[in-house]
Amino acid sequence: MAEETTQTAGGPFFRVVKRSGISTPRAWLIRLAAVCCGLIVCALIIVAITKQNPLSVYAGIIDGAVGTNRRLWVTIRESLVLLIIAVGLTPAFKMRFWNIGAEGQVLMGGMAAAALMIYLGNTMPNWLLLMLILLASMAAGMIWGLMPAVFKACYGTNETLFTLMLNYVAIQIVNFCIVFWENPSGSNTVGIINSSTSKGWLPELFGLTYGWNVVIVMAVTLLMYIYMKHSKQGYEISVVGESQNTAKYVGINIKKVIIRTMMISGAICGLAGAIIVSGGSHTISTSTGGGRGFTAIIVAWMSKFNPLVMLLVSAFLVFMQKGAIQIASQYGLNENASDIITGILLFFLIGSEFFINYKLELRGTKRGTK
Amino acid sequence: MEYENAIELRHVTKRFGSVVANSDISLTVRKGEILSILGENGSGKTTLMNMLSGIYSPDEGSILIRGKEAVIRSPKDSFALGIGMIHQHFKLIPVLSAAENIILGLPGAQRLNMALLTQEIGALAETYGFELNPAQKIYNMSVSQKQTVEIVKVLYRGAEVLILDEPTAVLTPQETQKLFDVLRNMKRAGKSIIIITHKLREVLELSDRVAVLRKGAYIGTVETAEASASSLTEMMVGERISLDICRDEPQTPEKRIEMRGVTCRDKEGVAVLKDVSFTAYGGEILGIAGIAGSGQKELLESIAGLQETENGEILYFSPEGTVEKLSGMKSSEISNLHISLAFVPEDRLGMGLVGSMDLTDNMMLRSYQESRGFFADRKKPRKLAMDIVEQLAVATPGVDTPVRRLSGGNVQKVLLGREIASNPTVLLVAYPVRGLDINSSYTIYHLLNEQKKKGVAVICVGEDLDVLLELCDRIMVLAGGKVTGTADARTITKEEVGLMMSDSGRRALGHG
Repeated sequence: MAEETTQTAGGPFFRVVKRSGISTPRAWLIRLAAVCCGLIVCALIIVAITKQNPLSVYAGIIDGAVGTNRRLWVTIRESLVLLIIAVGLTPAFKMRFWNIGAEGQVLMGGMAAAALMIYLGNTMPNWLLLMLILLASMAAGMIWGLMPAVFKACYGTNETLFTLMLNYVAIQIVNFCIVFWENPSGSNTVGIINSSTSKGWLPELFGLTYGWNVVIVMAVTLLMYIYMKHSKQGYEISVVGESQNTAKYVGINIKKVIIRTMMISGAICGLAGAIIVSGGSHTISTSTGGGRGFTAIIVAWMSKFNPLVMLLVSAFLVFMQKGAIQIASQYGLNENASDIITGILLFFLIGSEFFINYKLELRGTKRGTK
Repeated sequence: MEYENAIELRHVTKRFGSVVANSDISLTVRKGEILSILGENGSGKTTLMNMLSGIYSPDEGSILIRGKEAVIRSPKDSFALGIGMIHQHFKLIPVLSAAENIILGLPGAQRLNMALLTQEIGALAETYGFELNPAQKIYNMSVSQKQTVEIVKVLYRGAEVLILDEPTAVLTPQETQKLFDVLRNMKRAGKSIIIITHKLREVLELSDRVAVLRKGAYIGTVETAEASASSLTEMMVGERISLDICRDEPQTPEKRIEMRGVTCRDKEGVAVLKDVSFTAYGGEILGIAGIAGSGQKELLESIAGLQETENGEILYFSPEGTVEKLSGMKSSEISNLHISLAFVPEDRLGMGLVGSMDLTDNMMLRSYQESRGFFADRKKPRKLAMDIVEQLAVATPGVDTPVRRLSGGNVQKVLLGREIASNPTVLLVAYPVRGLDINSSYTIYHLLNEQKKKGVAVICVGEDLDVLLELCDRIMVLAGGKVTGTADARTITKEEVGLMMSDSGRRALGHG
């Protein structure tokens, strides 16, 4: 009767245990495994739907993203845009200010760039025009970031709703402007602005079409890294984000920090708008943002605000998008197929973070520690 | 069936990740006894009891209830086995009456006969000598009355074993005595009672046996009659330590802070400080006693410039002889005047420090604005962090470790170390040893005494009256936001202080 029972008496079959720490290579191994699992699941779905060999479908993705020189540069250009928006969001999110209005801030920046290209295109030298474009787009984005910040700081309004709603305001303003700017008239689109003179277009650099895009985005990323890591203002942002009580305790002016940080965040998103319009599409439409203001939120959080990781993540996402568009046309799938593949991969990648922070332990597992 | 042990634990082990909260613990609770579980914070007392109340299940080992092996998977199983736990934080619904809270969740008839139930509950309370009005709403009750409801609730469910987690933490000395009386009545009626505590005096006064835990391990059980405060401390800490706090006479006290008729309101507009006046002198420790939430927090925060005051004024008398009016100033304005005011708040990781930041960055909180230019200087804070780690023997892997990962005592050393490093003339500390082990507590008392010797005006809010009476030079008592008395800590007794902070005193002043 009185046996010495030392095994577990009851309890669930397995339980979740928080890891006390994990080595970097091990963490990356888990992420790699997650990508592999994701690719396998995608392959199964591809086979089930198209009866195609998944390997050739994956080859199609690679071909679509980097298959030709032009495709490679488009992928790079789009990655840079995603990167700079994510960089712009970084200070806001570090402050726990849920800025989901990057879409609108980008759109306003793009609109300011388009307006200057249209109205001032033939009045001044190109370098001066470009300087004005960059400044104006930053100012436009800044205003769009400033509004929710002022209301949050002074009246405690909810910034999530405020920034989200401002996206729709921005879309309507662009819609309104297209009426004046449409070219050819009646098309309800703006068309390529200054297509004959290339005024207000970012020029080539070192013989590369998107050379300036690379330089501007990399410079902004580097400056943001230094700002967040080594400046007093970056330090204040972290303190306000981590604990407003502590910020108050040491005498930080919380209102000032919120407003200042959102001006910076909005300005960088506005600059992203100029890079899209001046440095890429050379036109403006309501879909100029293209959902990148939202995708960049995923980029920023997945990279835990590390700029180098941000670069990799945005490149990966754009790579998958471009590749998926290719296979969609090649195999007669519709465009949503790309979203499915990206979605599955993201699901596995984000899910893998759980296994980096926690591990499962089966019932009865005993460890050597005594 | 006859049984001697109400509960027997055999080789129980519980881990959280790599942390072993309870390691191979075997102990017994007899029928009709009061057993104290004694241990420092983090020694695994509450975890062990949570396994009895079904909140956790053990990784290894077995639990025997009345001689039979039992599997406790949920609090419901635990109730069915006759185990009732009274948690530190009460789980009551304020808008319901005591009786309604007590029957909540029990099976019963479709139509409630409240009159009958009230009578039943009243009778049950009377058996054990509780003072309880079953029809009274919870929101009208004092903390000790709420605790009574929790205990009666458990008894009404037929509990044979009662577990009380730090029951005296929220009570005045008089209320504690009353609680002990009913617990003794319950023991006489054959109930087994387990009390989780770290207060030695109460253990010696109340319990029959004491089980001691240290760092998750079971050290042993002793008969209280054969134990003394020092022998129990030795079991708890693992080494012999002196329990005396040295207290020197204040040297040439100088007026530093004077508060005149200050009233403060909280966000809801309720007055939390009412017409408070007092003076604090350099070179002495002024203790602030009172039941939790009597205005202690607001008192310190209004001096530090974090709480707006409605009327009255707070004056600062500098050692150079100038007088500044602190009321109406923000904390940043106060530090701009180079008034060196150090403040160790109650919420260490949520206010005094940033938990996710490392030691260096936490040192910077006070100093980063001093350096000129755009960039933050991390060299000096890093040096300061290393000095504090060395001088105060902070146990940390390094100055790059987030302070959240440090134990409570080390967090407090880091915070107090930073505040003292600014050479303050006034030092405000709130609950400086809450959650700390005995050794760390004595380090903190020592640091406060050192500051006193340097001529600093120390204002210390505390909860353990025994300690306040040993540490402080004068004691001021707050009740319901009012000062109910100031006395010399060397001559006043604990009971006198208890009366000043008691419920009746508070009600007389028109609070609840």
